[in-house]
Amino acid sequence: MTPPEDSAVALDALVKRYGATTAVDGLSLTAGRERVTALLGPNGAGKTTTIEICEGFRRADGGTVRVLGLDPVADARALKPRVGVMPQSGGVPGTARAGEFLRLVASLHARPLDPAALLDRLGLAEHARTPFRRLSGGQQQRLSLAVALVGRPELVFLDEPTTGLDPQARHATWELVEELRAAGVSVVLTTHHMEEAERLADHVVIVDHGRVVAEGSPAELTGAERQLRFRARPGLGLDELLAALPAGSAAKESPAGHYLVEGDVRPELLATVTAWCASHGVLTEDLRIERRTLEDVFLELTGRELRS
Amino acid sequence: MTASSPAPRLDLTPAPGAAPPAKMIAAQTRYELVALLRNGEQLLLTLIIPVVLLTLFSATSLLDLGPGKRVDFLAPGVLALAVMSTAFTGQAIGTGFERRYGVLKRLGATPLPRSGLILAKTLTVVLVEALQAVVICAVALALGWSPHGDPLSVLALLLAGTAAFSGFGLLMAGTLRAEATLAAANLVYVLLLAVGGVIFPLDKFPAPVRSALELLPISALADGLRQVLQHGAALPGKPLLVLAVWAVAGLVLAARFFRWE
Repeated sequence: MTPPEDSAVALDALVKRYGATTAVDGLSLTAGRERVTALLGPNGAGKTTTIEICEGFRRADGGTVRVLGLDPVADARALKPRVGVMPQSGGVPGTARAGEFLRLVASLHARPLDPAALLDRLGLAEHARTPFRRLSGGQQQRLSLAVALVGRPELVFLDEPTTGLDPQARHATWELVEELRAAGVSVVLTTHHMEEAERLADHVVIVDHGRVVAEGSPAELTGAERQLRFRARPGLGLDELLAALPAGSAAKESPAGHYLVEGDVRPELLATVTAWCASHGVLTEDLRIERRTLEDVFLELTGRELRS
Repeated sequence: MTASSPAPRLDLTPAPGAAPPAKMIAAQTRYELVALLRNGEQLLLTLIIPVVLLTLFSATSLLDLGPGKRVDFLAPGVLALAVMSTAFTGQAIGTGFERRYGVLKRLGATPLPRSGLILAKTLTVVLVEALQAVVICAVALALGWSPHGDPLSVLALLLAGTAAFSGFGLLMAGTLRAEATLAAANLVYVLLLAVGGVIFPLDKFPAPVRSALELLPISALADGLRQVLQHGAALPGKPLLVLAVWAVAGLVLAARFFRWE
């Protein structure tokens, strides 16, 4: 494991309670420098609390926190200029104009980005004089991202950076995050979007009930396991099919007419399934072999639907 | 975002660092000042109401203001009202909503320290008060005002009043819900306008009530300014002491109980 001072964020056995509720329950994770780390989890899993402890907004009730090797509360003065923060929502006065607020935050830093160029890059150039409350939800999100980046930080925390964005804006944000990593910025983000984590993150940490339930690169998490899916008429005798398959295989129909076969998916297994279908006069449609997605892993681990 | 124009390249290479403290405070003060002067309700409170009260009651005999020129009685009271409107009412409401909308928290993530933010807010209050004083004095002089006394005593009273009102404004903003602050700050403004010797002389009240009312910060400020500007007194001790007690109490309570989010 990387020593805490060499990582962007190092959390060890972090605990945070609100009254009787334990929001973060012994969470440990390491986010590498110049890497994109995604915290993935259902609502209420403790992602935002964890991020806010890293930002120095909340104090942990237990465990240790190191951000760029420093304590977010005790070393706040040294840390703030080096860290960019994009909160989940708000943080800008409703009457403040977009460009005005960005220029303010820029002027609090020693070597900021050019606010006008940053607005332009985020598609907000024509809204520079628009009051924050008149911006659409997606525009507010982009301004908030700009505010997090304008001080040229070496680490940024992005709390749900693409929630509420349309597909174009989401892709543009993803490109910007990729550029940040290429420029040597460490990024820690939270998300509900599997696609976002899969596309952006070097390291995905799946959090549920305030704990880490799995972590690794997207490839490591989804593993080498493959699965076979096909559509056919509903109500096939799956017990009979299973008997023909190698031990350890599993088959299920859900929803009706949609079949999933899991196990050691090799050419022989594919041949067995198609032969069994042929012998029962079943014509399969949409037959495909695929890797598990991050979403499959996520649902398996957290046992619940994503509520985004 | 449109796909038509190629996105300009930004140099995102980390180059972190805080601006020098004086530059940060100047930037924050400029930002707060622009925001405040653009706000119509704030201007109503800080400039229009004081000027209207001063003009209306100086030019008419609707109120019995005792012997002497009416404007000589009214101008010091309206100056006190201006201090209260900016340091207390405006600051409480503005800061309360900033807290509610996460602006204070958001600014807490920038290199600007909290002490710098408070200093910028104080500078903003002082600058707005200076603007108010210029306008009110100009209107009063046009109405025939003849001020007396030592300008330094006036300055000392205004600063003590600002500290007293700021402390309680920030205490309210940092502890109550923003809507409650809005209601309470306006209510306090109207009440203190009515019973604080701003335009209605305190000697119209029965003696015991009057002694109690004299301990209010608004009465102390209005009375102190009147002693100097209307009667040419030296630095008035009792009003200054009353304001100092309110200032220490308010600032200590605000420092202790202010919640940033």
